[in-house]
Amino acid sequence: MLLKRKLLIAAVASGAVAFASTGSALAQKKYDDGASDTEIKIGNIMPYSGPASAYGVIGKTEQAYFNKINAEGGINGRKITFLSYDDGYSPPKAVEQARKLVESDEVLLIFNPLGTPSNTAIQKYMNAKKVPQLFVATGATKWDEPKEFPWTMGWQPSYQSEARIYAKYLLKNKPDAKIAVLYQNDDFGKDYLKGLKDGLGAKTSMIVAEEGYETSEPTMDNHIVKLKASGADVFISITTPKFAAQAIKKLAEMNWTPLHIVSNVSSSVGGVLKPAGFENSQGILSANYGKDGADPQWDNDPGMKKFLDFLAKYYPEGNKLDGSVVYGYGVAQTMVKVLQMCGDDLTRENVMKQAASLKDFAPDTLLPGITINTSPTDFAPIKQLQMERFKGEKWELFGDIISSE
Amino acid sequence: MTAVQEIVTEAPAIEAVPKRAMTLGAGTSLIVLALLILFPLFVKNFIIFQMTMLLVYGLAVLALNILTGGSGQFSLGQSAFYAVGAYTSAILMEHAGVNYALTLPVAGFVCFLFGFLFGLPALRLSGIYLALATFALATAMPQLLKLGYFEYWTGGVQGLVVTKPDPPEIVQSVLKWSHLKMSQDMWLYYFTLVITIAIYIFSVNLLRSRSGRAFMAIRDNEIAASAMGVDVALYKTLAFGVSAAITGIAGGLGAIAVQFVAPDGYTITLAISLFLGMVVGGVGWLPGSIVGSAFIIFVPNIAEGISKGLSGAVFGVILFLVIFLVPHGARQVAMVAQHLLGRFKKR
Amino acid sequence: MELLTNQILAGIATGAIYACMALAVVMIYQAIDHLNFAQGEMAMFSTFISWQLLQWGLPYWAAFLITLILSFVGGVLIERILFKPLAHAPVLTNVAGFIALFAIINSCAGLIWDFTIKEYPTPFGSAPFLGSQLISTHQAGMIGVTVLLLIALYAFFTYTRVGLAMRAAASVPESARLVGINTSWMIALGWGMAAAIGSIAGMLIAPVVFLEPNMMGGVLIYGFAAAVLGGLTSPFGAVIGGFLVGIIENLAGTYIPGVGNELKLPIALALIITVLVIKPAGLFGRPIVKRV
Repeated sequence: MLLKRKLLIAAVASGAVAFASTGSALAQKKYDDGASDTEIKIGNIMPYSGPASAYGVIGKTEQAYFNKINAEGGINGRKITFLSYDDGYSPPKAVEQARKLVESDEVLLIFNPLGTPSNTAIQKYMNAKKVPQLFVATGATKWDEPKEFPWTMGWQPSYQSEARIYAKYLLKNKPDAKIAVLYQNDDFGKDYLKGLKDGLGAKTSMIVAEEGYETSEPTMDNHIVKLKASGADVFISITTPKFAAQAIKKLAEMNWTPLHIVSNVSSSVGGVLKPAGFENSQGILSANYGKDGADPQWDNDPGMKKFLDFLAKYYPEGNKLDGSVVYGYGVAQTMVKVLQMCGDDLTRENVMKQAASLKDFAPDTLLPGITINTSPTDFAPIKQLQMERFKGEKWELFGDIISSE
Repeated sequence: MTAVQEIVTEAPAIEAVPKRAMTLGAGTSLIVLALLILFPLFVKNFIIFQMTMLLVYGLAVLALNILTGGSGQFSLGQSAFYAVGAYTSAILMEHAGVNYALTLPVAGFVCFLFGFLFGLPALRLSGIYLALATFALATAMPQLLKLGYFEYWTGGVQGLVVTKPDPPEIVQSVLKWSHLKMSQDMWLYYFTLVITIAIYIFSVNLLRSRSGRAFMAIRDNEIAASAMGVDVALYKTLAFGVSAAITGIAGGLGAIAVQFVAPDGYTITLAISLFLGMVVGGVGWLPGSIVGSAFIIFVPNIAEGISKGLSGAVFGVILFLVIFLVPHGARQVAMVAQHLLGRFKKR
Repeated sequence: MELLTNQILAGIATGAIYACMALAVVMIYQAIDHLNFAQGEMAMFSTFISWQLLQWGLPYWAAFLITLILSFVGGVLIERILFKPLAHAPVLTNVAGFIALFAIINSCAGLIWDFTIKEYPTPFGSAPFLGSQLISTHQAGMIGVTVLLLIALYAFFTYTRVGLAMRAAASVPESARLVGINTSWMIALGWGMAAAIGSIAGMLIAPVVFLEPNMMGGVLIYGFAAAVLGGLTSPFGAVIGGFLVGIIENLAGTYIPGVGNELKLPIALALIITVLVIKPAGLFGRPIVKRV
């Protein structure tokens, strides 16, 4: 009798212990600052004012996207609180906003901060504080250094890798070309130019003329005059939308028809080619990793349809022709995916871990065949691009999907 | 009937601040000082960082007050001196391993030379023409900083990352002994505060001294001043030099606090902000520099909080309200307050 | 040699833009003895209004005329509402007011019309002018309109009563009042005219640089420089100044080795300042004699 009782007690006790431990394993939620049962706080820094204010629309798109996710139930039941601050494209202001987000608002991570100077300014701080600086909105090459900066990760293909693709194309298809380069004299332009020269390798002498310009200049006219005078037959335009359009127009006015390559940031049909004139833009080459909102070939694409539905319902004033809007949607979708992968472990460490384990993830707005892949030694999510040629009123993709490695 | 010459009797463009109203009274100064010393003990590191930037920009506005409010030279180019100071500190710290505190006098000296040299050709310009010349300087600076020639030193468009200093050994051992803690931010704040107070006292004395009176004579009526024997050329360039030196020191402190220097951080927008800070604080009124600095740091944040899309417009509206209500800046507010206090005391 | 002539021609073409803006700057200076930093933004906003009218289907010249009238009225209103109360405030406070106006207009334009570039039509077409590939018919048209404006302004200031009254009010306000000129309304008139001229400048510039809220940022500083170089009291000087700035800048960028390209604007400005040091009132301005 006594033994039976003892056994019964032991059984109940061990059952209780077993139950308790599985119960606590099931309820194992881990949170860092900014995450809770009901909320995930995401920080963001965008230039809503100042010289780069055209990019502020990215932040607005992301806000609208997170509104959509919240309306659909949130991420694993948690609502996203998106705190986006203006830095006016000024590094000291960016530092102030980053510190505010981390120390005062206590966000879980800072997502898609924009601008190479701003991101360089906050990189050391973010890594010292061990807060993820995730999917930064710049193509500078230095965001893929997991050993030195384990808390910083890029998203879009780097400028240098895109430039190398053009260099490869030229070496293969036009090996005796004379290249004239128009580049913006800032981190974007200079990074690109470096990639181009690296890609040409021993044949950097193919570049016969280089013209840098400042964004404060009203027109590109005198640069184009100089470049034409060099006798080049290839024109590479490392420019942002407004200046790319001016260059296209001036080339047409001067009746100069070199092989014209334009950088991805200025390949938007609605944002650049239409204002510059379709008749002036025939035959222009570029490379892309995402779908263009103005291109009718994506009208029946399921991913694009979701994007257009989202615009209609949550961001009606968003312009689908604006490449920045398409961009904002894609990167926000990637963020949501990473957070979903985190489950109930919303520590900053786990966020980085999940971000570094994306396998073949395809946001709605990426070109078919281009996927996002990351690993603990590879912090460059998008590495592929496809070249395209402008014909009629849209881009025609050609060739294979090229990886920039 | 076109006139061959235009003869103008110029009203002084910048008005005088009476000497006894040039600083806060003793009592008010002590209260402000006490507040500045004690508050870091109660707030988070981030607020301390913001206050450090408040002091830094306050110094820059102070420098502008000496130049424009003191000697009457209209400058929209302070961002250039700020940048030179910032980069001097950053380059010395990162390329030559110099201790951060020692970089500040060097930054000050370099900027003094730079300002003095700029003041020489500026002697012949005044009013709108001087404004244009200083504007040109401010626009040129970011482009000079991006120049390929200097890229090794300045980091070019990518800029330079600056290491944040720790409290020095002596202070650290005192802290350990007294079981107190001091973060890097707090140390940097007190360091900046000491320098700010020192420069403030220096500036007040400068404006009260003979040189200060020379500045003000030039400001009020240059021709009369030179007729009375004031060496206009010397004092005008001296004013530029001193102002540039103080702005340079502010720039150095700013570089250390933000831990990063890049050409994009020192554009004409900064020069315009400093100018607005001076107007809001009260032109020529040194204590107003802090009010002006607070305006340019916090009001944009407030404007952003009110409306992200229209943050610029909200800022403009707030600025308009301020200049409608108090066209002479914070000095006017202080005068009104003093007046009311006087009437209250009389009862 | 060909490069030289090409750059000079290109400089003249770009200079036409600066000359247009410089005329508006001189206009406002004649009225208020100061430079209005918000001039460029007002011109940009006017251009957006005309763009919007065109989007709503109005023909070009109708939109042009309506915008001109709206800009004039707008300029007068801004002066009456925002700057008349500041008439007795210190000069620097007024400058702060200009900066505030700049921020407000720029921000509003960004909100209403967003930041993507927009194409703006030209009534002159874009064909090469006289076969030259460097100057298009539009740019030639721009030079033509600028010269016409210049002649009109010169006639206004020299031969009409209102023009003379405005000049009197600006240079010797007390005496002007004694003769019965309403100096306060002269200032408002000056603002209105400056706004109208600015809107013409904007509508001429937009086809070349594409319309967007930050379009005038770079142009304004060149406009100031051109006006100062030519002499702030001389509309003729402003136009010549504009062309000179365009040419100098191009030549500096092409022929100064090494840094010429990266330092185009600073070099142009430095040259202008050098001219000012030699001729403080600008190339064609009237020398200003200061009395104690």
